[in-house]
Amino acid sequence: MLKSLNIDPGKCTGCLQCEMACSLENEGVFNTAKSRIKVFTFHEEGRFVPYTCTQCDEAWCMHACPVDAIVLNPATGSKDVKNDLCVGCKVCTIACPFGTVNYNVDSGKVVKCDLCGGDPQCASACPTDAITYVDANATGLDKMRQWAGKTDNAANTGA
Amino acid sequence: MAWTRQLLRVNLTEGTCIPEPLNMDWANQYLGQRGLATRYLVEEIDPQCDALGADNKMIMATGPLTGTMASTAGRYSVITKSPLTGAVACSNSGGFFGAELKNAGWDMIIFEGKSPAPVYLHIENNNATLMPATDLWGKSCWETDEMLHAKHQDPQMRIAVVGRSAEQGCLFSSVINDLHRAAGRSGVGTVMASKNLKAVAVRGSLGVGNIKDPARFMSAVSAGKKVLAENPVTGEGLPALGTQVLMNVINEVGAMPTRNMQEVQFEGASKISGEAMLEPRESDGKPNLTRNGGCFACTIACGRISTIDREHFSVKEKPQYWGNSGGLEYEAAWALGSDTGVDDLDALTYVNFLCNEDGMDPISFGATVAAAMELFESGAISTQHTDGVELKFGNAQALCWAAEKSATGEGFGADINLGSRRLCEKYGRPELSMTVKGQEFPAYDPRGIQGMGLTYATSNRGACHLRSYTVSSEILGVPEKTDPLQTEGKAGLVKAFQDATAAVDSSGLCVFTTFAWTLDDISPQIDAACDGDWSPERLVEVGERIWQLERDFNMKAGITGSDDTLPQRLLKDAAKSGPAKGKVCELGEMLPEYYQLRGWTQDGQLTAETRSKFDLPS
Repeated sequence: MLKSLNIDPGKCTGCLQCEMACSLENEGVFNTAKSRIKVFTFHEEGRFVPYTCTQCDEAWCMHACPVDAIVLNPATGSKDVKNDLCVGCKVCTIACPFGTVNYNVDSGKVVKCDLCGGDPQCASACPTDAITYVDANATGLDKMRQWAGKTDNAANTGA
Repeated sequence: MAWTRQLLRVNLTEGTCIPEPLNMDWANQYLGQRGLATRYLVEEIDPQCDALGADNKMIMATGPLTGTMASTAGRYSVITKSPLTGAVACSNSGGFFGAELKNAGWDMIIFEGKSPAPVYLHIENNNATLMPATDLWGKSCWETDEMLHAKHQDPQMRIAVVGRSAEQGCLFSSVINDLHRAAGRSGVGTVMASKNLKAVAVRGSLGVGNIKDPARFMSAVSAGKKVLAENPVTGEGLPALGTQVLMNVINEVGAMPTRNMQEVQFEGASKISGEAMLEPRESDGKPNLTRNGGCFACTIACGRISTIDREHFSVKEKPQYWGNSGGLEYEAAWALGSDTGVDDLDALTYVNFLCNEDGMDPISFGATVAAAMELFESGAISTQHTDGVELKFGNAQALCWAAEKSATGEGFGADINLGSRRLCEKYGRPELSMTVKGQEFPAYDPRGIQGMGLTYATSNRGACHLRSYTVSSEILGVPEKTDPLQTEGKAGLVKAFQDATAAVDSSGLCVFTTFAWTLDDISPQIDAACDGDWSPERLVEVGERIWQLERDFNMKAGITGSDDTLPQRLLKDAAKSGPAKGKVCELGEMLPEYYQLRGWTQDGQLTAETRSKFDLPS
């Protein structure tokens, strides 16, 4: 079963556990500045929104790469950057409509979410289930369940 | 490891920023943050120096776990000599600034001297520069935050700043970081402003590594997060209601200081409670509380994010206050509400916004307004002093007016900014000041919670609940239930809480974790991250050493055992209602035993034996 990250901003408290888990997995240190998932704070509105790569099927970044350094991982559906091929041209960062591919000045390569090879650490670290890793065919299941629970069944119960 | 092992020394007189290796011998004795910075302060300043003079120093210090993934590990503290109390000040803050400082590669910053003109410190990893702040001087914390973000074009920069109240010499000004988190108490912001230092703006991208045993650390961190999630206080109560979960509870047990501590129960408590913050308003159908928010790495998320009713008199003509910002936590709701007799939730939220905007400690501010209200009602001050404002208990308009004046230090604001003790002395009624060592009380009446009386009397920074929160035991039954109206065993309880808390405050973790965590949960996280052995026993030893060191500083600063007392009102006037009706605080039954447990003389002095046992500096 292919899975995908499912983000529910309404549950996010802005604690950045996801950013730390991401940087630990990918950089070996706790470093929110190097995280591939970012939590944005909209202070006036009182909202926190985690944002990362959605792994587009027809991925703009993958098609734009002139050296084929971004490849599909068939096991997870993620589009992964091959560091040995990436030349740091940054064309993918321009092609991505969502800004989720970014250049890393230290390595000279681009970085993006690769779903941690199928065990995304951001989802494991999230204390409120704002980030979950669920069946890619039914990311709406939780929302459907919530609305189903609110559906008025009064007519059927004869009340 | 876990420490970066590097501190930044900023000499404001000379305008220099110089890196320096961290003293690891001291780190082994004092861990970090509160303990370690106090060790530096004791070494480097004369305890009798003028707190607002160039000879005082101010230290911003992280703990070894700050910036890691341990739950709540984003804390930093500001350590200095307090202008409010003359004692050691150590104010702890959350938000994101502390973790950013650590991420930039610094365990702490020591500020010394005084800049000839307003400056701010800009840190980008290893690069630290003092920059002119003439344009920022006279601006609020919020304006300064916005101007610095715009100037550096860096939305991810984290900023700690002092507001206009501090510039005007308000003796209880906080350092505000991330707009609405505060190193709140004892006037640490006043010291910062006295050095002409307006702000510290930090961007860090080096990462926090150097974990001794990463696998064991992550396993301990996960176990800790699980304990917090499954505990009813940290897993349910605090996320849902914040610390405001306490308002109705403390009122019911008759320990809610009301109208400058004349009473122990507030008839309007339910209207300003955490539950009330969830009730939809008539005007727009929205509740006061928008949602909860977490500080860096925090899996509890007790923070309140609130709005004020746009139709409320306080903000009707002020759209700049219509958005979301930091909402009321229990101490603020109590001080601004119950202690002033005001039960208007929107007024309290507005005043809380102003306290964040210009850096007034809401506890000291609210308690000082409460004292001013009693002075007014007793005739010691009149409308001549207050621009015609009827500064009476329960007057929400007067409370809002007082906050606006305090923020700028204008008119009667300058009197409020003296704090309760100096205000009451100025108007000839010192007995009306509800303070210990010059610092205003927090939200637990020691007639109804006896252990808190000893906590306040012996706190090393003046009246404070965060030095030993025996409310946990006496009311909530954590880690075990004791009778709040009994004094027996409280000396030992207070000492145990004081020592454990001093260790937690030195680690980078938040003391709120201790609603669920004991040192048995905390020790594995520190031990896996830091070189050396950090067993629970060792942490208690470190905590006690810190306590003794702070006490020693205070004694050298001229404070004596006779200052370990409470206002006569709490010792002589019995509680008028509730379960504690007829009770006073029986401090005299607890203090001698406490001194004995601490290894102090009968008049509260450290003995040579105690000094030697804890290897205190001479």
